[in-house]
Amino acid sequence: MKMIWTIATTEFRRMFNSPLAWSILAVVQFILAWVFLLGLNEYVTQIQPAMAGRENAPGLSDLVVSALYLWAGVIMLAVMPILTMRLFAEERMNQTLPLLTTAPISISQIVLGKYLGLLLLIITMIAMLSLMPASLSLGTDLDWGKLAAAILGLFLLLASFAAAGLFLSALTRQPIIAAVSTFGLLLFLMVLYISGNSQGSGSQLFIYLSHFGHFLSFLEGLFDSSDLVYYLLFIASFLLLTIRKLDNERLQR
Amino acid sequence: MDSTILLAAEGLSRYYSEHCAVDSLNLHLQKGEVLGLLGPNGAGKSTTMQMLTGNLAPTTGSIQINGIDLLDEPRSAKRHLGYLPEQPPVYRDLTVNEYLDYCAKLHGMRGAERTQAIGLACERCSLTEVQSRLIANLSKGYKQRVGIAQAILHNPAVVILDEPTVGLDPLQIREIRKLIRELGQEHSVILSTHILPEVQAVCDRVQILNRGRTVFNDSLAGVDSLEKIFFELVYQEDPALADSESENPA
Repeated sequence: MKMIWTIATTEFRRMFNSPLAWSILAVVQFILAWVFLLGLNEYVTQIQPAMAGRENAPGLSDLVVSALYLWAGVIMLAVMPILTMRLFAEERMNQTLPLLTTAPISISQIVLGKYLGLLLLIITMIAMLSLMPASLSLGTDLDWGKLAAAILGLFLLLASFAAAGLFLSALTRQPIIAAVSTFGLLLFLMVLYISGNSQGSGSQLFIYLSHFGHFLSFLEGLFDSSDLVYYLLFIASFLLLTIRKLDNERLQR
Repeated sequence: MDSTILLAAEGLSRYYSEHCAVDSLNLHLQKGEVLGLLGPNGAGKSTTMQMLTGNLAPTTGSIQINGIDLLDEPRSAKRHLGYLPEQPPVYRDLTVNEYLDYCAKLHGMRGAERTQAIGLACERCSLTEVQSRLIANLSKGYKQRVGIAQAILHNPAVVILDEPTVGLDPLQIREIRKLIRELGQEHSVILSTHILPEVQAVCDRVQILNRGRTVFNDSLAGVDSLEKIFFELVYQEDPALADSESENPA
């Protein structure tokens, strides 16, 4: 466990040694702040007057907060491949992997360490993003339960992106290939959701398989343990595949 | 000389599908011995070293490091192993100190022990002046030395160095050779190189590989021209190569 933590913190720190993490955090924050302000403005100037006096009207948490987290999920679909591509593919390209594989640590520790390092960055990003809706509580009553569900949902979604990216990064020695294939896989899972909802040929199976369907129910404030299980299974299988892949490299025929 | 065997590899073979890269190789290393691993390109040196460091599983055979089986207990066996691959495995975005600190942590060293080990390794590889600089900004020679520092940091019983003097200037080469000799007093060193004079300068014993097999394994005492032996063994006495000799004359 201590080794996993050592690798995770070093990976986390190394991301901030290059401009990569800084610029990604800045760009994502900027765009999401824009989206947030846009939503808030629309709510205050148009929706709120129209909804005044109605029973069970959708509130700020439903309209502004959910939209913000949905946008965050969509943007990270494009950003996560850039973060995951470096994990193993870059080590391969720079031939630094022997440092870890010769050290007295197991492959699982390496994989989990790298994954945890990326999770730390994801947590940082979600924390920064969540400051925006949290700031609304200065002026209004927020639905904290709903906000918590959205945060948990986004975390699970990004954690599943990261696990898939980690595996694809372990397959290749070209970071760009790792990024492109990760992006392709994540996009495919989203298209699966869209095709599951399409008229005529829609299928519940497609919706179930896509990680976006599970994310949306979190955004509605619905915590369903089957969604949680879906994400945990998704993450665990990709981590296991990564460990197997790196183990097999030692045994290559 | 102490006769404790620190590294013993028995009947090591490695096949890549049908191709046999290393064929029933035996390799023994005593305490306080510097072994030179020689051979032409494609002789199986890199494969052998990858197997000895646990980066590649042998098809058959066993490897014991300091009496611990590398294949059964890789994690405890690797504690006694230091490895410098052909490309020093350094992270360019860390400083020398940060990098060595990470390596020491990976080897499970704590607090004071770690600081002491880093200080000693830097001193031995003459890195003290560049300790707080980014590895990306160091010259090739310094990067190489950071790689060597990483390999000897945890005071391993067996140090495996793959072409450690590539890219160094003559003065640095002399320093590194001196360092290897020093290491050879308490540790065992396997040195792979193409530079024959270097082998004569630092090694106690030479093992020459050709086509995955050992063709020469003897101490260097009484050998006056290693070059002559090398060419004779690799290009003449090997029947497998005799017929292809017309294509690539030595």
